[in-house]
Amino acid sequence: MNFSEQDKKGWRLLGLPFIFSLLLLAVPLATMFALSFWTQDYLVLKKTFTLANYRQAWFEPVFQTLFTRSLLISFTVTVFTIIFAFPVAYFISFYGGKRKALWLFLITIPFWTSYLLRMFLWKVILGYNGVLNSFLEWIGAITEPLTFLLYNSNAVVLALVHGWAPFAILPIFVSLEKIDRSLLEASNDLGDTAFKQFFRIILPLSMPGVVGAVLIIFIPTIGDYITPKLVGGPEGLMIANMIQVQFSKANNAPLAAALSVTSLLIVGSISILFVLLNKKHLRNY
Amino acid sequence: MKQSSKYLKACIVMFLIFLYAPAFLLPIFSFNDSKVIAFPLSGFSTVWFEQLLYEDTLHDALRNSLFIAVSSSILATVFGTLVARASSRYQFFGQRASVTFILVPLILPEIILGVCLLTVLIQLGLNLNLWTVVLGHTLLITPFSTLIMVSAFNNLDISLEEASLDLGMSAVQTFRLIILPMVSPGLISSLLIGFVISLDEFIIAFFLTGVEPTLPVYIWAQFRFPAKLPSTMALGTILLIVSLILVSLFEYFRRRIELYNHYSMELDKK
Amino acid sequence: MTNGGGIQEGNIVDLISIQKTFDRIKAVNNVSIGIKEGEFFSLLGPSGCGKTTLLRVIAGFEVPEMGDVLINDKVVNSVPPNKRPTNMVFQNYAIFPHLNVAENVGYGLRNSKLDKNLLQKRVRETLNLVGLDGFDNRSSTALSGGQRQRVALARALILKPRVLLLDEPLSALDKNLREQMQFELRQLQKSVGITFVLVTHDQTEALTMSDRVGVMFDGNVDQVATPEEIYNKPRTKRVASFIGSMNFFDAEVSASQGNSIIALNHNLGKIRLKKESVFGMEGSKLSVGIRPEKFKLISNDNKKAGRAVSAIVYEKSFLGQTKLFNLRFKDGENVITVSTSDLKNAPNPHIGDEVKFIWDEEDLVGFYEE
Repeated sequence: MNFSEQDKKGWRLLGLPFIFSLLLLAVPLATMFALSFWTQDYLVLKKTFTLANYRQAWFEPVFQTLFTRSLLISFTVTVFTIIFAFPVAYFISFYGGKRKALWLFLITIPFWTSYLLRMFLWKVILGYNGVLNSFLEWIGAITEPLTFLLYNSNAVVLALVHGWAPFAILPIFVSLEKIDRSLLEASNDLGDTAFKQFFRIILPLSMPGVVGAVLIIFIPTIGDYITPKLVGGPEGLMIANMIQVQFSKANNAPLAAALSVTSLLIVGSISILFVLLNKKHLRNY
Repeated sequence: MKQSSKYLKACIVMFLIFLYAPAFLLPIFSFNDSKVIAFPLSGFSTVWFEQLLYEDTLHDALRNSLFIAVSSSILATVFGTLVARASSRYQFFGQRASVTFILVPLILPEIILGVCLLTVLIQLGLNLNLWTVVLGHTLLITPFSTLIMVSAFNNLDISLEEASLDLGMSAVQTFRLIILPMVSPGLISSLLIGFVISLDEFIIAFFLTGVEPTLPVYIWAQFRFPAKLPSTMALGTILLIVSLILVSLFEYFRRRIELYNHYSMELDKK
Repeated sequence: MTNGGGIQEGNIVDLISIQKTFDRIKAVNNVSIGIKEGEFFSLLGPSGCGKTTLLRVIAGFEVPEMGDVLINDKVVNSVPPNKRPTNMVFQNYAIFPHLNVAENVGYGLRNSKLDKNLLQKRVRETLNLVGLDGFDNRSSTALSGGQRQRVALARALILKPRVLLLDEPLSALDKNLREQMQFELRQLQKSVGITFVLVTHDQTEALTMSDRVGVMFDGNVDQVATPEEIYNKPRTKRVASFIGSMNFFDAEVSASQGNSIIALNHNLGKIRLKKESVFGMEGSKLSVGIRPEKFKLISNDNKKAGRAVSAIVYEKSFLGQTKLFNLRFKDGENVITVSTSDLKNAPNPHIGDEVKFIWDEEDLVGFYEE
């Protein structure tokens, strides 16, 4: 195989970061994959091939519940964030005028502050003696603190929607920006009302952004550790919490690995399925 | 049409309030003279901030975090620059695949990254220390760095480098006089954003840190002590302000990249 | 086929058998050209013909895999661009956006030992030369296209190169500005006396400004000659078609008489061409070319009407200085174009009229066909 000057020059630069990624990404992923087929006895690793971990991960009720719950929470969060994000993105794109960059900046600032702190604040807000309850009691709206606020799946969904909404706004915004405004003028000219215009032109053309937003929200939230741990309580825990437990307290790294691989598979296949289903909207992307 | 836009604007403003409201709790309760984070408020006090001054473990964690943040943002920026320079200047075998591979950490759930990195480190029998966290953070931040530097290098049309050579400058001079100044907004943006990401990062640090915690790991440990709640809020307030300052700086430099962006787009029109 | 200007003494640039390949395509294929010192030389050709590559070979940005580049009789193949006595004006001007105008213009003088005041003075003088007085502290991002081009010129000229290379410098400008700049560039070249090598796809530009033109197609140089020669005596059919408009007729060679060749075309009849105007490898088929303005329309009572050829006008256009007639022969074939600037005296037929036209033998060129 002949390597051109360009090949050599390119790889001379790319070499170092690529090897780094290989060592810190590919090798660990491969190791984790291998690990999922082994078993661990306290601190000793038995490297014989077995599918026992996967049998556990896929068929034991406790794990099935966790996977289902994680999927459900993630799905709910995705739907709600997009419902909130779309009008905001629409507003900034079509009515933002010269201040578009400023609006976007304001929206994304929270992203750069501590995720940990932001999720923790929800714990503080929704708690039995927390901010919301004490405020409602203070103004006399309730006599006893509300108990359903914290330590369940709803709290997790609320906190996640709050935390990830800005992420959904950006890709949708980018898609909306790309819509040629003259198309809208033409459709107006040809008799479309604003309502029709939205469903016939704007929504379809914004699909690449919506697809992007879905992936950006869905994939990380399903693997979130912090939020369920802080505000989920026993019935709000998600798969990431179990993975961590298996890895540390339960001394069962292979099971943790199997759970991780399974998570990746689930997330991966849903994402691919979703993208394929929307292929016709992404044709020109 | 105007009517609906006003209505829409009202919705957007409400959304922003919803987004920011929780954050306002931080300063409110940091100065609240009460051990409980609840209404009604008790009066102004700076005691929680003072408490922070005496927390030695906090200072250690802060030092650790700063070390990790500076190291990983520098490393990630170097890597990102190498990748960006390679993709913008040359066409080479396996370009798309390898760059995509380097960007993968963007879409992997952090817990997976944490688990596999820890697995490998245990297998290799390595000790967990600050450097292991640096490696993990560098892996995480490099994709961001790459994207920022790609944008910066896009403004560096090759004809600018050729012109510099043509006018008699050496390659080193061209680098110093032309390349570096033009990508420096990108370099600074990348360093800033890497620093912020590392400072706030919890999960990978949680998995990969040994006995030297980072700031987020320290904060996490504080969560189980109700007595520590108010001082944790105070700490949170400080972190919030620092993040805001850094992010504003980042935005400033990102706009500088855009400035050259417009110029290079005009070059392309010819 | 190459046809250089001849490698001789007095050439400031000599390109000898240059070959440059990109991705298996020969961008420059065995090209030899000599450029004389002090001349305004243009490389003309359609997009992708290799002219920019050739320019970059002179500058040193492309290294040919075969052939030699000589500047001032010295082989410079291995000399990098920053050490050659050439400077280039890039197609997109490549003005450094983070430096102002004066810093851009003075950029190349950084390595010279000039003191600050002298440097500033030279920058000012050069800005004056290109018509940008007072622009010293202007920001580069606030310049118009025409202004940027002048800054690029100034930046190159201030270094007093032996050869100034210009890569399609006028293509981004609008028509009026382009014409003005063509004139200014020519004046500038005459006043500084430097050799200019200009690359362009615009034939008007090349013919207007240059002392000599090299016409390129697909990596080969078809002809190097003065603008007049290129126009009147194109050496290949490609050159003939590319420059101006040309009518072509297929003809069979019937005889050779002394200095002339006789060919037959079924519409024009017997055509006589000068042997020196016929190019290519000898054969039996010929493509005869004649420019529209060389066909002369005559009225029926003109004494030359006897040997004139008839055709029918099917379209006419008025272009200000000239009138254009599209004629079709009676058998429906062969559309030809006739133009005339003699709006007062020449016949003015209507569409559908039959007209007669004649031509001079020396206005014909012929190209043997394979």
